[in-house]
Amino acid sequence: MKRFRISPPIAALILAVILFLLSGFLPNSYGSNVKVALSQATNILRLSVFLGVIAAGQTLVIISGFEGIDLSAGSVVTLTAILTYVLVKGENNMVILALLVSLLVGALIGLLNGGGITYLRISPFVMTLSMAGVVTGAIIILNHGNVSGKVAPIMTRVIARPISQSIPIPGAIVIWLIFGVLMWLLLERTTFGKHLFAIGVNRVASKLSGVNVNGMNLATYSLAGLLAGFGGFLLVGNTGVVLIQLGQPFLFPSIAAVAVGGTLLSGGKGSYWGTMAGAIVLTLITSLLTTMQMPDSVRRMVLGGTLLVLISIYGRQQALRQ
Amino acid sequence: MKRRLSWDYLMIRYPAFFPFILMILSVAINLFLQPNMLERETLNSNMRVFLPLILVTVGQAIVLIGGGIDISVGGVVSIVNTILATRVGLEGSPEQMWQFVLISLLAGMLAGSVNGFFIAYLRLQPIITTYATSFLYFGLALFILPNPGGGIYADIANLYRTSTPLGLPLAFFVIGGLLLIWAYISSTRYGKYLFAVGGKANAAYETAVPVTRVQFSIYVISGFMAALAGIAITMLSGSGNAEIGGQMTLNSITAAVIGGNAFSGGIGGVAGPIMGAMTLGLIQNIISFAHINTWWETLVKALIIVLALAVPGIIALIRRRRA
Repeated sequence: MKRFRISPPIAALILAVILFLLSGFLPNSYGSNVKVALSQATNILRLSVFLGVIAAGQTLVIISGFEGIDLSAGSVVTLTAILTYVLVKGENNMVILALLVSLLVGALIGLLNGGGITYLRISPFVMTLSMAGVVTGAIIILNHGNVSGKVAPIMTRVIARPISQSIPIPGAIVIWLIFGVLMWLLLERTTFGKHLFAIGVNRVASKLSGVNVNGMNLATYSLAGLLAGFGGFLLVGNTGVVLIQLGQPFLFPSIAAVAVGGTLLSGGKGSYWGTMAGAIVLTLITSLLTTMQMPDSVRRMVLGGTLLVLISIYGRQQALRQ
Repeated sequence: MKRRLSWDYLMIRYPAFFPFILMILSVAINLFLQPNMLERETLNSNMRVFLPLILVTVGQAIVLIGGGIDISVGGVVSIVNTILATRVGLEGSPEQMWQFVLISLLAGMLAGSVNGFFIAYLRLQPIITTYATSFLYFGLALFILPNPGGGIYADIANLYRTSTPLGLPLAFFVIGGLLLIWAYISSTRYGKYLFAVGGKANAAYETAVPVTRVQFSIYVISGFMAALAGIAITMLSGSGNAEIGGQMTLNSITAAVIGGNAFSGGIGGVAGPIMGAMTLGLIQNIISFAHINTWWETLVKALIIVLALAVPGIIALIRRRRA
């Protein structure tokens, strides 16, 4: 008899909706006011976009298996956010250049990660962790304690503001939806995607079947860096200011979002829809805990506990006895 | 036939060989920059700073050999630090201190068994599970001590800071003890099980190794070692701070990997990671004695670590090309 199973992305999404509805009962929440509830929901979705985009690269490297993980994502986000901020200087015609530079710098850092992992056989965790240190060091030197720059009005207009007067949906959400479709196409409808899942399941078998495993590894990490770079660009468009720790708080949540979305951390199985749902759930929990005005200690414990419960529901590995 | 002493043989049979060279190199550079380094006082003041990380790294190394990873060790260090700083206090008596040292060790093992329960019995993925519990533990530490403060009685702290039995730093005896215990453990049945589970858990299960119990035990050991580190760092600093363990998790993983323990499990030991942890400390020393511009410190340190990680890979790459 086949067991009844809900797919993880749907489960995460249902959980998010239930949590959001329950949050209406909290004091100083939206109560029975539908309009306020809707605007609050859009706001949480808008905040999830950045975690979601940063977690996209993480999804790719985790699917590629072999303990794949990208711990440099946080510092890459900070770096490209600062680069965008400095390059744009409030001028609309510099935006495209800044976007290209962000993507390129991100991809380059990713390529270095991939090189170290593929050719020097350093484990991804430690390679990307030390790369994060290098990037942070570079940021400190570039920065020298203060940055001068400004976000262009067009970035704020497109990313942070609603798309039009009658449709109160921020541009970031639309960008995210298009981005999600592109990620789905990449994973499910291209050779790259097929090969990615293949190397995630079994590297030796895929190599013997003609997959260029080394090339795939390099491409995956470069792409992950590029996506983190894009995340930095989007993030600075929303915040409008840069901090030296801008990207770091997104790092581990991006891994958690992937796990909550049902992607196996051992690789070979997963989807970007799941990551999107995971990003929404995590952002929702964090912002709920903030609205409840709990002390930091309780907030962390509740977040940790919720995460444990979430992964206990569908993050379990195959039993030893088969 | 006599076995030839080749590089590959050395690297596989003695994973501590490369970290040993690395450590000697860092000691040499450090000695060049700080000529009085081997004097009793300086040696002790260095070693007592290195010891907490060494203790955490030993726990982390065992978890890595068993095929797992423990992101929550920093949280355990923080919990122990806040327990000691709030419950013993600046006026506390030695009896009170030892009582709470015992409680701290139990707390560490309890935290470890929570990790072990979720990972071994519920079969969750180690990295995300210990990430989640690290929030629990840091939150708990912050709950015990919301703002930095408190501390332990200065005389007890000095016991850790200044005692040099037989003229050698206390840390040397602790490290020696750890190496002896490890030498014994790795020769027992449990030691063989540990490597078997880390190498391939399914195959170990097929050959009647109690995989679940071994997986559970490595997290308890890691929690215990983290609690020891928490005690050491509290006696070193003499004060309480819930964020004190923050940096230790990732440092302990880096140290263990520099020390030759593979991420995939089943390879490595404890001596290498100990040297790896000391190398990390020495690199920090070298950077502060080399008078590098403050802005450049983070970058230089990170580059040295990348280099230390890359060198075995580069050597292997050159050898593969030549072959």
